[in-house]
Amino acid sequence: MPGQRGNSRNAGRPSSGPRREGGGPPGGPRKQFFRRRKVCKFCDEKIDVIDYKDVKLIGQFVAERGKILPRRLTGTCSAHQHALTTAIKRARNIALLPFAAVV
Amino acid sequence: MRKYEIIFIIRPDMEEEDLNKLVTQMEGVVAGAGGKVERVDRMGRRRLAYRVGRHQDGHYVLFVLEGTGDTLKELERRLGVTDSVIKFLAVRIDEEQKRVEKLKAQRAAREAKRPKTKPASPPQQLVPAAPQQVEELPPQI
Repeated sequence: MPGQRGNSRNAGRPSSGPRREGGGPPGGPRKQFFRRRKVCKFCDEKIDVIDYKDVKLIGQFVAERGKILPRRLTGTCSAHQHALTTAIKRARNIALLPFAAVV
Repeated sequence: MRKYEIIFIIRPDMEEEDLNKLVTQMEGVVAGAGGKVERVDRMGRRRLAYRVGRHQDGHYVLFVLEGTGDTLKELERRLGVTDSVIKFLAVRIDEEQKRVEKLKAQRAAREAKRPKTKPASPPQQLVPAAPQQVEELPPQI
């Protein structure tokens, strides 16, 4: 599993178990929320070109209404968000993605 | 010479024959204007994300071609006056390709430089100890 590059978002989690032994305050206030480590999908998977024809990929970064999802939600890095934006706009232009979807 | 990628949408009610004819005709336009078609990709019939005119579907065709700005201008003009083409988009791709090749070369160079030792994965014995630990200390992240 750790070798798998694709779902490396939670790949670090199992191994973070033993490391906590020394550091964590035992019996302290247990906040149990999982904040997923956000990584840029394009950096992570080494996607060089964000192709506007790849609707399956790009569609993940578009909200239900057809809006481009902000970086703070997706974790995309600045450079890739830029490229992504261009790709989404191109895809819209050629009717692969909607400008505004009816919900 | 520059490299372009042109994608265009043809009306859905077109017959297969006419479609072939149109595509060869457009290839001819490129050749006539001093360009070279490198790849023709029929992406097939797809649903449009929004209606264009009164169409809900369309045949997508992709050209990858090499040529000058004039080649592109002529092709775009022809696509524009052809009624059965409902939409088209041209993107220049040679600069992007150059950038990607540079990136790949850099990555390969870095990979070659790095020593081949991989000490990153020895601490993998946590699996047997894990169940006990969970009872005492629930994950706290």
